[in-house]
Amino acid sequence: MTKILVVTSGKGGVGKTTTSASIATGLALRGHKTAVIDFDVGLRNLDLIMGVERRVVYDFVNVVNGEASLNQALIKDKRVEGLYVLAASQTKDKDALTEEGVKKVLDDLKADGFDYIVCDSPAGIEKGAQLAMYFADEAIVVSNPEVSSVRDSDRMLGLLASKSYRAVNKLEPIRQHLLVTRYAPNRAEAGEMMSVDDMLEILAVPLLGVIPESPSVLNASNAGQPVIMDKTSDAGQAYEDAVARLLGEERPLRFITAEKKGLFSRLFGK
Amino acid sequence: MSLLDFFRSKKPSSAKLAKERLQIIIAHERAQTRGGHDFLPMLEKELLEVIRRYVAVSEDAVKVKLDREDGVEVLELNIILPDSEAKD
Repeated sequence: MTKILVVTSGKGGVGKTTTSASIATGLALRGHKTAVIDFDVGLRNLDLIMGVERRVVYDFVNVVNGEASLNQALIKDKRVEGLYVLAASQTKDKDALTEEGVKKVLDDLKADGFDYIVCDSPAGIEKGAQLAMYFADEAIVVSNPEVSSVRDSDRMLGLLASKSYRAVNKLEPIRQHLLVTRYAPNRAEAGEMMSVDDMLEILAVPLLGVIPESPSVLNASNAGQPVIMDKTSDAGQAYEDAVARLLGEERPLRFITAEKKGLFSRLFGK
Repeated sequence: MSLLDFFRSKKPSSAKLAKERLQIIIAHERAQTRGGHDFLPMLEKELLEVIRRYVAVSEDAVKVKLDREDGVEVLELNIILPDSEAKD
């Protein structure tokens, strides 16, 4: 059974692509054949985060238009077995993707025996975002502890519950997960940032994980290596926990309390 | 927190403010997009179909309205049946 996951948020810049890359890589590392698809037509970026930008020959739109086969367009990851990337096109035509076209590609991936298809949604609630979530079985809503991001997440949760294939056809609803990113435990404890509990209280969706604000995320994207592969980093470990929870394991939350400071730093700051 | 901060007066937490503002705006937006406008047109259409199985009524004979008062939601249905002369 193939599972289709959408990584979405409404707001831009909260970490959808970082999350798509790490979740897809994590699933493949756990032995599941996984494809990750960039739905951001016109603003391709997943290829860079996955470090395969120089290997893109054909893209998602080429496959939809029948200009290339799915096998030609799928980029096989060289580091992780069973991980494939389908890049977005750089075309400016935002109508390049259609519901039938997307369905065909997803069906072909299912027939190819993929266990997971991770759909990296563009920001906004326009066509690209709608298509990314339309056929989803599960949704990861990425949110920063920040007012505009939480408000947009709530809008997305509403759309997932009303405008998806499952909703329209009155099937079992999409399983929703909240993933909090860029979390700064020390700021939350100081009352400068909404806490995970505050966000859960407002959005009322089960928590998949909390990714701490971490320099390792930028380091990873600089290098084109999903941050989950950096096993020494806090963010990488937090993504690994999230993948485990997605697969039904129970893991305690980590990196949600501030590091204790010594007496010296407490007295003199820094 | 440094020693200096300790002596500074405490401002109300901005996180608390964020949470309160969000709770208000999100409750408002949910009422507009989820419980409200979404299903009312469909309900109106389906009600009209059911009523028409028994009584010949016009397109605009069914009016559905959702009101919210003191935390209680009231669904108001207004169905105008044709008067007996019109039936003959």
